[in-house]
Amino acid sequence: MQAVFNSETRVKKSSGWQLFLKTVYARAYPRLIGQQREKSWLFFDVFLPLMAVSAYVFVYRTIGAPEEYVGFVVIGGAMTAFWLNVLWSMSSQLYWEKEQGNLALYIIAPNSMMAILLGMALGGMLATTLRAAAIVVLGGWMFHVQFQVSSYFQLFLVFLLGMVALYGLGMMSASLFLLLSREAWHISNLAQEPVYLASGFYFPVKNLGFWTAAIASIIPLTLAMDAMRQLAFASGPTLGFLSVQLEVLILLLLSVLFLASAYFLLRYMERLAIREGRLTESRR
Amino acid sequence: MNLAIKTEKLGRIYKIRGGKKAEPKQLIALQDVDLQVESGELFGLLGPNGAGKTTLIKILTTLLAPTTGRAWVAGFDVEKEPEKVRPRINMVSGGESSGYGLLTVRENLWMFAQFYGLDSAEANRRIQQLLEVVGIGDRSNTKSSDLSTGLRQKMNIVRGFLTDPDVLFLDEPTLGLDVGAARDVRQFVRRWIDQDSSRTLLLTTHYMVEADELCDRVAIINQGRVLACDTPANLKHRLQRDAIFQIEVSPLNGLGVKALEALPGVNQVTSQETDTGARLQFRLAEEPVLGLVVNALTAGEVRILNLSKCEPTLEDVFVDLVGRSMAEVERSSEDGQEQPGSRNDASGVQF
Repeated sequence: MQAVFNSETRVKKSSGWQLFLKTVYARAYPRLIGQQREKSWLFFDVFLPLMAVSAYVFVYRTIGAPEEYVGFVVIGGAMTAFWLNVLWSMSSQLYWEKEQGNLALYIIAPNSMMAILLGMALGGMLATTLRAAAIVVLGGWMFHVQFQVSSYFQLFLVFLLGMVALYGLGMMSASLFLLLSREAWHISNLAQEPVYLASGFYFPVKNLGFWTAAIASIIPLTLAMDAMRQLAFASGPTLGFLSVQLEVLILLLLSVLFLASAYFLLRYMERLAIREGRLTESRR
Repeated sequence: MNLAIKTEKLGRIYKIRGGKKAEPKQLIALQDVDLQVESGELFGLLGPNGAGKTTLIKILTTLLAPTTGRAWVAGFDVEKEPEKVRPRINMVSGGESSGYGLLTVRENLWMFAQFYGLDSAEANRRIQQLLEVVGIGDRSNTKSSDLSTGLRQKMNIVRGFLTDPDVLFLDEPTLGLDVGAARDVRQFVRRWIDQDSSRTLLLTTHYMVEADELCDRVAIINQGRVLACDTPANLKHRLQRDAIFQIEVSPLNGLGVKALEALPGVNQVTSQETDTGARLQFRLAEEPVLGLVVNALTAGEVRILNLSKCEPTLEDVFVDLVGRSMAEVERSSEDGQEQPGSRNDASGVQF
């Protein structure tokens, strides 16, 4: 037992990329493993979104909308899980971490904060994919959705790019939110519903008109969903906003923009927060 | 001399927002703090809540920039070279609720160990050993949300020691712990520092006994200033020229502390209410002055219930330096006479 105190057994520690990767994995761990322990996610993250999907499906069927819209709604319902995850578990996450006392511990550790954000993003993305997949499978089965995937590879690529861009946006906004206190909660609340409308979660975004859809494309889910619908349904291309190739290109640019912005903003905001004394929870 | 911590004229001013049009107020949390802590020392910062202890720790752990002066930890400037300071330090605060409640104790500790680059197997081995040392080896698979305050704090303590830092900062580590748990933590801390002279520990506390029992040297801090810094024995020695008596009495019947302090040879009187009346502590220039005190009490129809001679404590040192007891300072702070560096220094701060 003395060994743990002994000076001859000083602990060896990794640095550089090894430390970066260890940090990413360690920060992803609570989301990959911990979050699955509370079985309530099945109700809150799958059943409730399915209720919202059902409401739209019944409305569309009542008014005699094209049957493809049902599939669009199921895809949109599944993607809401990612938007909620980015808003509440990325953007405003550092505020909660600050209040809990974790943020100070992240900062004083030798790891990079970018690795912490990346771990949060990867963990959140993988955990949410499980929820989104459950919604697609259950929704598809309940409403007899006819998927006609033209290219699984392209579909996977679009989904992946959409996720990188979306979680890049989440990392960037998390950096911006570093200075915020309770306002973080209000901003997330404010951003939740309007994006459902602007990004066309429950209808083809093309219906909003070119300029509205173009402005809404700053939220990566807008183009990612549009491209995925084009690839997953036979009549998807006719209801699509832009061509899949162009949407892929824009998503690629958004990914680079958001990730680079996250990197620089994080460094700037961390310095600012240290200067202003905003890195520790308000009770200390 | 191998210095683990050094500060020069260190200061921190907070600006507190007023109303929309009001000018921000300035709050001096730290002022001209000069400290030198040698490698291998267990150094204590003793002061009431809001004295500036936590602000000082935040600066030394790279969480807060100083407004004036400079500080070095493990030889590196905390403001200019934080990336060199961070691998060498760790920090544990009293009452912190860090980690994630859905993870077990072992998983939480493993996660924090990864942030310092520890090998997974080595981290798990150390976690189990340290949990055994603090007496919660059987709780490694308990979810941290299911732990009591005391057990959670023991987990936090393990987190601090797990990464084997060169300099460890403990900010009120026994806050809210029961007597037994606090004693365990103190014993653990002392053992850790005694095993290796390259380790340094800076402890903040407002418990006098903790500072007296644990620390090699103590700095007494109040209103952002270091008032004295020495070994506990030397700090107490400065009062030994005075005779200190504690007298428990029946209610004072209007006899005020001021009247007792006015007696010739009485240097200082502090009073604390008790169930039966009051507990008075006298610092007398010499022992025979006690007769005058007893006469004054008797003349005021105050009954003496108990009388004892006291060895000076760090509390007496604090009273000597500040003019009030630490409890009185904290009470006046709660009553609105602001103490700088108080615990809510992050809210409403503009800068």
